[in-house]
Amino acid sequence: MGNVNRFAPWLFLFPALVYFFLLVIYPIFGSFWISFHDWNGTTFQCSDGRSLLELEEDESCRRVPVMTWVGLENYERFFEKTPRDFERVKNYWVGIFTGEPVRWPRISVESKVLLNNIKWLVLFPAAIPIGLAFALFLNQSPAWVRITKSMFFFPFVLSPAVIAFVFQYFYDPAGPLKEIYSALGWSSGLIGDQHKATYGIIAAGWYPQIAYCMIIYLAGLTAIEPEQIEAARLDGAKGWKLLRRVILPQLWPATFIALVVTMIGALRSFDLVQVMTGGGPGRGSTDVLARYMYHKTIFDQDYGYGAAIAVILFLIMLVFIAIFIQQMVRRDEET
Amino acid sequence: MFPRPIETWKPSARALYILSVLIVLLGWLLPLIIISIASFMTADQLNSGGRGLNMPNPFSVDGWTTAIKNDAFRGSFINSFFIVLPVVAISVGLATMAGFALSKYRFRGQLIIFAIFIGGNFVPFQILMVPVLRLTQDLGIYNTKWALIFFHGAFQTGFCVFFMRNFIAQLPSELLEAARVEGASEWKIFIRIVLPLVKPAIAALSVLIFTFVWNDFFWSLVLTPASPDGMLAPAGLSNIIRGRFYNAWNVMAAGSMLVALPPVIMFFLLQKQFIAGLTLGANKG
Repeated sequence: MGNVNRFAPWLFLFPALVYFFLLVIYPIFGSFWISFHDWNGTTFQCSDGRSLLELEEDESCRRVPVMTWVGLENYERFFEKTPRDFERVKNYWVGIFTGEPVRWPRISVESKVLLNNIKWLVLFPAAIPIGLAFALFLNQSPAWVRITKSMFFFPFVLSPAVIAFVFQYFYDPAGPLKEIYSALGWSSGLIGDQHKATYGIIAAGWYPQIAYCMIIYLAGLTAIEPEQIEAARLDGAKGWKLLRRVILPQLWPATFIALVVTMIGALRSFDLVQVMTGGGPGRGSTDVLARYMYHKTIFDQDYGYGAAIAVILFLIMLVFIAIFIQQMVRRDEET
Repeated sequence: MFPRPIETWKPSARALYILSVLIVLLGWLLPLIIISIASFMTADQLNSGGRGLNMPNPFSVDGWTTAIKNDAFRGSFINSFFIVLPVVAISVGLATMAGFALSKYRFRGQLIIFAIFIGGNFVPFQILMVPVLRLTQDLGIYNTKWALIFFHGAFQTGFCVFFMRNFIAQLPSELLEAARVEGASEWKIFIRIVLPLVKPAIAALSVLIFTFVWNDFFWSLVLTPASPDGMLAPAGLSNIIRGRFYNAWNVMAAGSMLVALPPVIMFFLLQKQFIAGLTLGANKG
């Protein structure tokens, strides 16, 4: 490629790069900057320092926010009650295991939000083994099975907001599950109860996620060479042993993608919470970082604090993003 | 094949398999079946204890007509096409060029730029929220559909570059070399050789991006909160249900199905492309 124009790749790259930097990369730094400030989101001045009130009738200027530098205060505020609440929750669990009568402690909204994010991170990945089970169940070639696969998969293309409405109806105390609720004595239903609601929302989140994991695993299963499976069968491996020793290791690329996408999906959960409970019932019983940030910023006009929450969420996510990028780049260097 | 093909199973086992697939499928689709039945009930029936496992009595299309006749919801629904289609064109177009640059040339910083596109694609929306909001305000497009086009076009470009770069990398470089020897310009090579070869990738990406953007909820809330017919359909639906049709379960049910319809139709028509797009990278390593 000796005589190729050196600038050619940059010309092809330029529009996408500039556009992507302006709307995706630069805003990340913008949010970091705001998070060190106190700002109500509505006070502005001209970029040359004049107040907007000093402007002439038909004069306009570039507006910049008037923010107060507060350093790490927003972050301190977020984690202020974490040690205290950690202690309280720990005591609760100690009480449960030693058989003492204990009640769920009062904890701050921030602690509830963090705890709910942990619940998502722990429980949401259950979609992966379930998706694998579906994939194994449906990995057959007759035409009718192929149609069935699409029927299992298509919930994935539904908007999360639509999934939320569907499950809001499904979970309603007077809805299709009412017999089960009355048998269990759950009068307010699954998402009407502070202590159960998050689990109900996570279960709704499983719906499209299981479909996604299933399709990833089906593609993975198709890519396994039949000879390898036959060879293992000749060696006497079958059933569970064949799955564990031969199939699962071969499915690792699929598992990896499913894992990263599911973890990031768990942290991204906004739509389901916003539509199904709006963070409630009560204060923050189902809230998660992604929604709490939106709420603090837009409704409480606490832009600095909201930005700090966004940064915290971003830093947690960065772990998964970094793992993914590293794997992608390594895979690329191998080929 | 794993498990063993059912063709090799005993007839009794095969019958059992067919039966279990049908039962599991019914259970799997239950929430969707229930909501579609609910969409044909009257508000009266739904509000007087009819939200269980009942059949519509009387059968009614009120929910559907009310949703369709609502100006704000219909506006957002139609508007969605005018947001989604430009976004598909912008992001797929820009990404095809960028993907070509990142896969068929060698230059410094190549890998880092690629990594930024991949990484940017996974960042939480919340960390972009306020700066993007401010940007749209400064440009005077806040609360219009242009704000959504502007943002989604850029954000989806990240995913498209990831996809396109990997796709174009698999194309043989000999073709490009041959054209270069004959003196074709880089632009001509892109138009005449690369574009025809990436058609399948463009199709796969277009279906995916259509679905991703159509289904967006968060950015409609952030960028078009006061513009009922500037937002995307999921937010438009949520808007009328939180407002005028509070507790109108039949409108909610029918509206949900309407919002779901375009991506579902798209998926069933272009299934192969859709799944090819989604599973790229999941089976090599």
